[in-house]
Amino acid sequence: MAYSDKVLDHYTNPRNVGSLDKASAEVGTGLVGAPECGDVMKLQIKVNPETKIIEDAKFKTFGCGSAIASSSLATEWVKGKTVDEALEIKNTDIVKELSLPPVKIHCSVLAEDAIRAAIGDWKKKQQDEA
Amino acid sequence: MANESNGAVKLPIYMDNHATTQMDPRVLEAMLPYFSETFGNAASRNHEFGWAAEQAVEQAREQIAKLIGTTSKEIIFTSGATESDNLAIKGVAEMYREKGNHIITQATEHKAVLDTCKRLEKHGFRVTYLPVQKDGRIDLDDLKRAIDDKTILVTIMAANNEIGALQPIREIGQICHEKGVIFHSDAVQAIGKVPFNVIQDNVDLASITGHKIYGPKGCGALYVRRKSPRVQLVAQIDGGGHERGMRSGTLNVPGIVGLGKACEIAMNEMAEESKYLSGLRDSLRDQIMSNLDEVYINGSVEHRLPNNLNISFAFVEGESLLMGINDIAVSSGSACTSATLEPSYVLKALGAGDDLAHSSIRFGLGRFNTQAEVDYVAKKVVDTVKRLRELSPLYEMHKEGIDITKVQWAAEGQH
Repeated sequence: MAYSDKVLDHYTNPRNVGSLDKASAEVGTGLVGAPECGDVMKLQIKVNPETKIIEDAKFKTFGCGSAIASSSLATEWVKGKTVDEALEIKNTDIVKELSLPPVKIHCSVLAEDAIRAAIGDWKKKQQDEA
Repeated sequence: MANESNGAVKLPIYMDNHATTQMDPRVLEAMLPYFSETFGNAASRNHEFGWAAEQAVEQAREQIAKLIGTTSKEIIFTSGATESDNLAIKGVAEMYREKGNHIITQATEHKAVLDTCKRLEKHGFRVTYLPVQKDGRIDLDDLKRAIDDKTILVTIMAANNEIGALQPIREIGQICHEKGVIFHSDAVQAIGKVPFNVIQDNVDLASITGHKIYGPKGCGALYVRRKSPRVQLVAQIDGGGHERGMRSGTLNVPGIVGLGKACEIAMNEMAEESKYLSGLRDSLRDQIMSNLDEVYINGSVEHRLPNNLNISFAFVEGESLLMGINDIAVSSGSACTSATLEPSYVLKALGAGDDLAHSSIRFGLGRFNTQAEVDYVAKKVVDTVKRLRELSPLYEMHKEGIDITKVQWAAEGQH
């Protein structure tokens, strides 16, 4: 299979690899996928409590090159956005940006799921604190 | 035989010799005249062009027969192993239909065998798919239990194309002969790699192909036993009655000459070559395993092709690993690399779990690989796995002491 230059770039130089402190109240963690399916993404966001802006994002992904690229791109895109703005990112935007072929669309869906799961986790923490 | 190990490697490196092999220059040289000046039809009985072609074909038949311990009268030429498997299985099924309708095979056969059996199921045949043990070999007691008075054929491969596991074909053949059942073996991966003798191994039908043994593509053969027992087949292609009526169609003379030459070379060099290949294979394995944790060998270590290494790199997905070693040609059992988006059915049959199938790489060493190539591949694989594990949430969880098999995954059951 031929990969797009953007997929290759993210695969070779993934952005924002790593982990944030999942115990922190400012951090939301999303863990989606399953090893049996060949894809697991962990995406974390660190949200400024005052501005609700995502100040940092990190990911780790077990999956094919397109899955790695989708989650790497997702961390780039959520950074600097507010939580509500980040929820507007659609998997189709990722497909377009990375020129993913039809068989790899599920990678972009998983990345969107990961963003939503991370924000969901962060929101739950805010409610628990309140 | 092999290139000298001088430290310099030419990229990309080919290490996918279970898929196909590079033709040996000696094979090509033997074939060339049969494309041009010696172009006759081997079935032309009344002129010199035909005689020359026929003579070449008969020499090839001898070369093949010698490699597998039989006589040239028992070799039928085909277009390759898929056709040989189809002819053997369908030909027996049709011929012995009156005697019974039960066929036995096993879970990790090549699709040429499995899909042929599936088609026969649609035509009233009953097929038993024996499971394999963790090492990829069948349990002989399962086979004995599966044979009944309607069983006409057992078809079990000699060596598996993904994990290199060698089936106990001699014992399987013995059981079949005791019960009066015909034994077919797809031997494409075993021939020329490990000793394979149809008499000693009690095989009645054996599929062979040229391109797995440094010969041409599009040319194969089927061994058909002529006595004790005499095996009869119903032809699957109608036409001029070539190959004793079992396979009509003008013979592919250059291909057949190449297949014969490839068998002759294998005959002369197999003993030495298998030592060379297992040496390379063990070196590759040791270099990988001494530098990485959580690495698992798929399939039997003891009963294995000398040129096969199939490894699962836990917590790393196979396709992403292939991307990282894209100057090396190997295969993965990962779903992402298959047309069906399912992980390897062979690895699943071992019971290893889908996650390890997704993480597997098959290395197929061959005649033209060198120690320098092995060293390059080992280093590149180790570096790439380490890099991808830094990216892997599963490896991180594993390091934190979490058993990932016990985690309730959100997506489980959705795929």
